[in-house]
Amino acid sequence: MAHFKEISPNASAGEKFMNWVDNRFPATKLWEEHLSKYYAPKNFNFWYFFGSLSLLVLVLQIVTGIFLTMHYKPEASMAFASVEYIMRDVPWGWLIRYMHSTGASAFFVVVYLHMFRGLIYGSYRQPRELVWIFGCTIFLCLMAEAFMGYLLPWGQMSYWGAQVIVNLFSAVPVIGPDLALLIRGDYVVGDATLNRFFSFHVIAVPLVLVGLVAAHIIALHEVGSNNPDGVEIKAKKDAQGIPLDGIPFHPYYSVHDIMGVGVFLMIFAGIIFFAPELGGYFLEANNFIPADPLKTPLHIAPVWYFTPYYSMLRAITSEMVNVLIVIVLAAGALTITKAQISGFLKAVVAVLALGLAVMMYSVDAKFWGVVVMGAAVVILFFLPWLDHCEVKSIRYKPEWHQAMYAIFVVVFFVLGYLGTQPPSHIGERLSQVGTLFYFGFFLLMPWWSTIGQTKPVPERVVFHAH
Amino acid sequence: MKKILITCLLALMGLTQVYAEEGGFPLDKAPDKLNDVVALQHGAQIFTNYCLNCHSAAYMRFNRLKDIGLTEQQIKDNLLFTTEKVGDTMKVSMDPKEAKGWFGGVPPDLTVIARSRAGRGGSGADYLYTYMRTFYKDDSKLTGWNNLVYPNVAMPHVLWQLQGVRTPVFETKMEHDEEVKEFKGWTQVTPGTMTSTQYDQAVGDLVAYLQWMGEPAQNTRIQVGVWVLLFLLLFTLCAWRLNAAYWKDIH
Repeated sequence: MAHFKEISPNASAGEKFMNWVDNRFPATKLWEEHLSKYYAPKNFNFWYFFGSLSLLVLVLQIVTGIFLTMHYKPEASMAFASVEYIMRDVPWGWLIRYMHSTGASAFFVVVYLHMFRGLIYGSYRQPRELVWIFGCTIFLCLMAEAFMGYLLPWGQMSYWGAQVIVNLFSAVPVIGPDLALLIRGDYVVGDATLNRFFSFHVIAVPLVLVGLVAAHIIALHEVGSNNPDGVEIKAKKDAQGIPLDGIPFHPYYSVHDIMGVGVFLMIFAGIIFFAPELGGYFLEANNFIPADPLKTPLHIAPVWYFTPYYSMLRAITSEMVNVLIVIVLAAGALTITKAQISGFLKAVVAVLALGLAVMMYSVDAKFWGVVVMGAAVVILFFLPWLDHCEVKSIRYKPEWHQAMYAIFVVVFFVLGYLGTQPPSHIGERLSQVGTLFYFGFFLLMPWWSTIGQTKPVPERVVFHAH
Repeated sequence: MKKILITCLLALMGLTQVYAEEGGFPLDKAPDKLNDVVALQHGAQIFTNYCLNCHSAAYMRFNRLKDIGLTEQQIKDNLLFTTEKVGDTMKVSMDPKEAKGWFGGVPPDLTVIARSRAGRGGSGADYLYTYMRTFYKDDSKLTGWNNLVYPNVAMPHVLWQLQGVRTPVFETKMEHDEEVKEFKGWTQVTPGTMTSTQYDQAVGDLVAYLQWMGEPAQNTRIQVGVWVLLFLLLFTLCAWRLNAAYWKDIH
């Protein structure tokens, strides 16, 4: 049995109460470990707002979602009408709905910025690999959450977007058609699909999301936060064992983040109240037409946050598969001739490369499009083991590395833009080049990240008092 | 036979949609009358008299019209048919099956039509404003009408008595060795009960109403938004100073 802590009879009622609680539940311990005695580097910059903002948006989405669920009807003949009912007959329903629809896009904005921060400052490097992996899993869940939530308003885009994406699964060899049937619950997207997506959207995925967020934060607080210099603050501690460059998260970063929350909410409210459709990017015009299984819209595009990946999917034409086959064979040949591995491993590589090439040749390009789209997300998980640069932060990487990251951002934006546009010849070529760059960036990272002269990393973090 | 016909018509409608989206007839800017209660009320009247016979607005309740300054009694006296209640939504009495026979499809619900037509070279209001003013006589069509914004549209020109009958004037030009028809203006064949300016104004009112009906909360939304932003500005200023007060100890 745990040792009960006695407290002086003269203590205040508040102290006595906390002592009573702490003897039964680690309230003070948790508070100190995660807030008042969690030492974060003092040199956080603009990019460090987006972690707490992601948490804020998650809470907003859950709370607004609870209220929407009170009025929404997950039934094919009533879903569209119930959303309009929320928009006009439920008091303040329009506000809750716009908060939720804008929140979905805002979630991706802050999460993309948060991930970009991790990418440029090497926050995924040892010992933060699991923080990164939990984060990538959150991103994956978020994509599932957003995709299934998008079906619920039951507009034309909801319907046909779901139809297109679920049909992708049917491109998987052998099990594909059955898999798509299992996801839909019907031969076309219909009431059964709506019901299961609703169930996943309101309970299954959010539960996983919340759990993963907890794991993400626990892992982070175990290893400590990285910072823009990529310096380990725990390497230099004072006599009490407190990092010299660390400051307690609360109150310093709690007040700091509240300032960020204020600015974020101003932008968020600006969209909700003055441009909730955001020019068709947050709420698409086509989605104000009720779902009609007999009328396929001319141009089906996913919501903006999926478009970079959608572009990569569309880039994989049968012509592009031939290019990929050549790349696979060349990579295999290069490994066999250059790599310092045993003859047995070389044989394995040869068999794998040839096997993959044969599969790529014989299976439909649509399937490889799906594989590429999935791989574009999955590859992020491996980032901690792909980056071999001797420094963590972009600040001390060679200048041409910085250019690589800049091009990566441009490519990601171009892919995103192309995904919103109807297919075109030039768009297809551009997205193919973009896809090759995206994968080249990650897959060749073990090689290119070691090349070039890094700059000296300081002993302590660089900080200029405000 | 009937099935084949319907299928053909549906296919045709699919085709007409292609033209509607790619036709690219330049849209006129709809006048902004969202805060003009008289215009909205006039629009509501035109809407119930001319549109609601074939189109529904099934997510819109009649008593929501109180938001544009009508009293419940006014709604009952002027806008409701005998059997309807003021809390009902704007349903349509036309049988959808008959509608299919007459027009080749069920006329779309108009509750959020203004929102759904955005992004085709203008706002949804611009689209509707131009659409309602570009009907012309075309005897090759089943209804006898055609439209410049939405070529081969199944809808006849419901407001023709107001606007009169018009035909467009095209000039044929050669562009890149192809004959291109360029729209030059209108010829009035028979006059309507309204002048051209009056008609534009009436359509402007109708479109303003459709725009309002697409989102009845939009005026409230903007009013509330101003206060929310003012509050957030104050909040952020406080947070900024609070942050500075704490961080002055960190060197």
